[in-house]
Amino acid sequence: MNSDVTDFASLAPAYPEMLMAVGVLVLLLLGVVMNKERSLLITWLSVGLLAAAIILVMLQPVDGVVFNGLFVADSFGRFMKVLVLGGATLSLILSVSNAEENGVHKYEYSILALLATLGMMVMVSANDLMSLYVGLELQSLSLYVMAAIKRDDARASEAGLKYFVLGALSSGLLLYGASLIYGFTGHTNLAEIVIAITNEGRSIGLIFGVVFLLAGVAFKISAVPFHMWTPDVYEGAPTPVTAFFAMAPKVAAMTLLIRLVMDTFAPITSDWQQIVIFLSIASMVLAAFAAIGQKSIKRLIAYSSIGHVGFALVGLSSGTQVGVEGVAVYMAIYVAMTVALFACILSLRTERGYVETIEDLAGVSKTRPFVAAIMAIVMFSLIGLPPLAGFFAKWQVFLAAIEANLFVLSVIGMLASAISAFYYLRVVKVMYFDEPKDEFVAVPGELNVIMAVFGFLIVTYYFTVGNPLSSWAHTAAGSLF
Amino acid sequence: MTFENSILTLLTWLPTLGAALLLFTPKGSINAIRWISLAVTVVVFALSLALWQSFNASNPGFQFVVNLNWIGESIGYRVGVDGISVLFVVLTALLMPAVVVASWEVETRLKEYMIVFLVLETLMIGVFTTLDLAMFYVFFEGTLLPMFLIIGIWGGSARIQAAYKFFFYTFIGSVLMLLAMMAMYWDAGTTDIIRLLGHEFPVGMQTWLWLAFFASLAVKMPMWPFHRWLPEAHVQAPTAGSVILAAILLKLGGYGFLRFSLPMFPDASAQFANFVFVLSIAAIILTSLVALVQTDIKKLIAYSSVAHMGFVTMGIFAGNALGVQGAMFQMISHGIVSGALFLCVGVVYDRMHTREISAYGGLVERMPQYAFAFMVFTMANVGLPGTSGFVGEFLTMMGMFQVNTWVAFFAAFGVILSAGYALWLYRRVIFGALTKDSLKGILDLNLREKVVLYPLIVLTVVFGFYPAPILDTTAAAVDNLVAHYSESTGRNPAVDLADERAPLVYVAPAEGAAQPTPADAAH
Repeated sequence: MNSDVTDFASLAPAYPEMLMAVGVLVLLLLGVVMNKERSLLITWLSVGLLAAAIILVMLQPVDGVVFNGLFVADSFGRFMKVLVLGGATLSLILSVSNAEENGVHKYEYSILALLATLGMMVMVSANDLMSLYVGLELQSLSLYVMAAIKRDDARASEAGLKYFVLGALSSGLLLYGASLIYGFTGHTNLAEIVIAITNEGRSIGLIFGVVFLLAGVAFKISAVPFHMWTPDVYEGAPTPVTAFFAMAPKVAAMTLLIRLVMDTFAPITSDWQQIVIFLSIASMVLAAFAAIGQKSIKRLIAYSSIGHVGFALVGLSSGTQVGVEGVAVYMAIYVAMTVALFACILSLRTERGYVETIEDLAGVSKTRPFVAAIMAIVMFSLIGLPPLAGFFAKWQVFLAAIEANLFVLSVIGMLASAISAFYYLRVVKVMYFDEPKDEFVAVPGELNVIMAVFGFLIVTYYFTVGNPLSSWAHTAAGSLF
Repeated sequence: MTFENSILTLLTWLPTLGAALLLFTPKGSINAIRWISLAVTVVVFALSLALWQSFNASNPGFQFVVNLNWIGESIGYRVGVDGISVLFVVLTALLMPAVVVASWEVETRLKEYMIVFLVLETLMIGVFTTLDLAMFYVFFEGTLLPMFLIIGIWGGSARIQAAYKFFFYTFIGSVLMLLAMMAMYWDAGTTDIIRLLGHEFPVGMQTWLWLAFFASLAVKMPMWPFHRWLPEAHVQAPTAGSVILAAILLKLGGYGFLRFSLPMFPDASAQFANFVFVLSIAAIILTSLVALVQTDIKKLIAYSSVAHMGFVTMGIFAGNALGVQGAMFQMISHGIVSGALFLCVGVVYDRMHTREISAYGGLVERMPQYAFAFMVFTMANVGLPGTSGFVGEFLTMMGMFQVNTWVAFFAAFGVILSAGYALWLYRRVIFGALTKDSLKGILDLNLREKVVLYPLIVLTVVFGFYPAPILDTTAAAVDNLVAHYSESTGRNPAVDLADERAPLVYVAPAEGAAQPTPADAAH
């Protein structure tokens, strides 16, 4: 096998990943050399590295397939990489002011976050079952450690362990699926698999492989029925870690899923469509009902994220370009809402610690009107109430589903979104209609900035980011077809 | 930037600018907050009058149109008004200053209160001015958000349940409408309402689209039996919230029927017309009977609103010029009258902090001016000739009579029953002996309340005697709508348009004769 690497410049499509890989190693060394318990410097340098990677991704768009077809760079991947990197950057910034309380002040935390991000970038660009698995595992292994990074905390350890055991199981499923696909098509390269499926048609073995592969990925995006780990891990992990989990990994796994089904399994659309539709309906409906009874905010967010994955999958179910475009926009808006949401939660700290239950939010609108307003905006946006950004996200995905004549799915999805309004509204109700209980300590500056910026973007989506975002997503989705 | 292409944008977004201004006003400067809100709403009202003034009533199409693509292929920035929507803009702009003045004494979270109301004004005007299907939904559904907060934060004791009920009834209905809108987009390839009005949807599809729109609009209207949220929301909402709810938000349903159901799904509308008639009759008779036994003033007026909306749906689906004109007039008139009635309730509620009918009695002795104002609006609610309430009910029943005499026959009971509950309410609250000690010190209308109520009295009476300003504005657009509807459903347009000007000719000969109608041409 000849290498297609003739000189360094030919690796241009992978420059951002290479920058990240080199950067994270340098930072790791730096952390070891500095040998300090708390390392704010490493955190900010990591943020800088991520920002540099974003700039590189955006400013140097080189398409191409490198490393013998293991790695593909296209505008769809770039769109998703910006979301992944953006989500990772923001969740690192979120952790700055409260690192000590949450046990994420060790420099290893930033390093792990960077490694996980690198893994996600590889996932986004994976063009081969091998590189796909490598990226996925680099991400997952870093995340397992991050979940348990608060070593002396029983809940965090439990979360880490649970995540690891279930994650390992899902990796096993995924590998098994990959091996079946390899066995029945004779290729691991995604582009070759398409050709093989087109030529040879579908076989039972291949479908088995697809099911296992998709089950493995569904675990990573926490789609029902592979969602069980989500509420426990979200609740157990320190809040900044939860914020990290809720954003970038979801986007990366969703990208992987999109690339697999839209590209590789395009010839057997009607087969994977059933699976995705099932995942979508199950996620939306279960999340809508299961979240109603939750008392803990983080569990509520966990179920909410499960539901939102379900909504994003509505777009994917259509199997059309409009659908992919919708999912891309959906994920972007989802990341924006999640950042704002976690910034709100991390801003609400009493003398006794962070708010844990929804009841703790009572009367926040009186004691912290700004935080309450942003949180209410996010909640309304998560419901999908116009004119907030969440509505436009839903509009795009359901538009695709209707185009594909998936009426039953759409009606179920819409009703689920109406039911889910119930638990989001409960948060607003507690904040605005109930009387205050606790006094909160002052909000750190960077959280205020994040809340203000994302609150503004969510409210003015139609006027500000809506147009550029959707045209960018349009270009991005176009590169898959 | 000319008047033509900027007026609607300005009207829609000016209140939001005002809200943004309030956001940066210190919480403590209560007077500044009040005056800024009032100034903004008054300017918007003035602009809306300028809009009405320069509106060309003889043009049945859309005017002041701006049409741009905006988000992707599907959502655009499109605005424009026609004879059907322009009056709702004016009505909204008219009531907002009244609402601000009526809320002058609000103390809890005044800043948020005014911000929410100004945002609500943007959303309400937006519903009527937008010509983009998706944006219609955005504004239509967006009104839930401020209204939920208004009921939930500033409402009465059982406000939370009421807010939830309000939210869920409307939201669940609306999401189905959203799906229908998406299906319309794929069928017609655009969300531009002007182009959608010219698009013919397949008959089989129309049925589903109509039902999905009905799910949303019937709840908003509200039609019996989807009205259960309304009495609670009204009772718990603060006075200003009730006024907006009754005067504007209920009209969104009727507007939706006129803008979408009738012109875009004519076959389905004709098919379901009898179904709507049955529900309208049920609304008119049943809710009137329910109103009779209410012990809470606001609840009584809320039920009477449902009954009056029954006339509107009946008129709309009669599908002839008389019926639709009547429905339009009824909506505008009801906006003024029910808004004023809720303001009247607010006046005594501010003084006595109860809405129980039994807590009042003999108010005329202490509050003669109030008694007069309340009487005018009660009579308008009853539909006494000479008040604006009469014209709408009369026209809708005339229109209905052409289509189905039995329905018109039953609808007439509504007029009798409304006289029953409204006059009985008036007797119990205003007349009788002033025996209750708590009422002995009650004061009559103060200047602020007079400023709000008296102009509305004038409008009620003027439109009762001279409805031409409203009917003339809507005539061309309604004729256009009705002609299209008749043609597509295979009825004779000449019959449906016949006599449409007749009531105008009797009331205002000069105005009516000036404009030839399609009906004349058909003869």
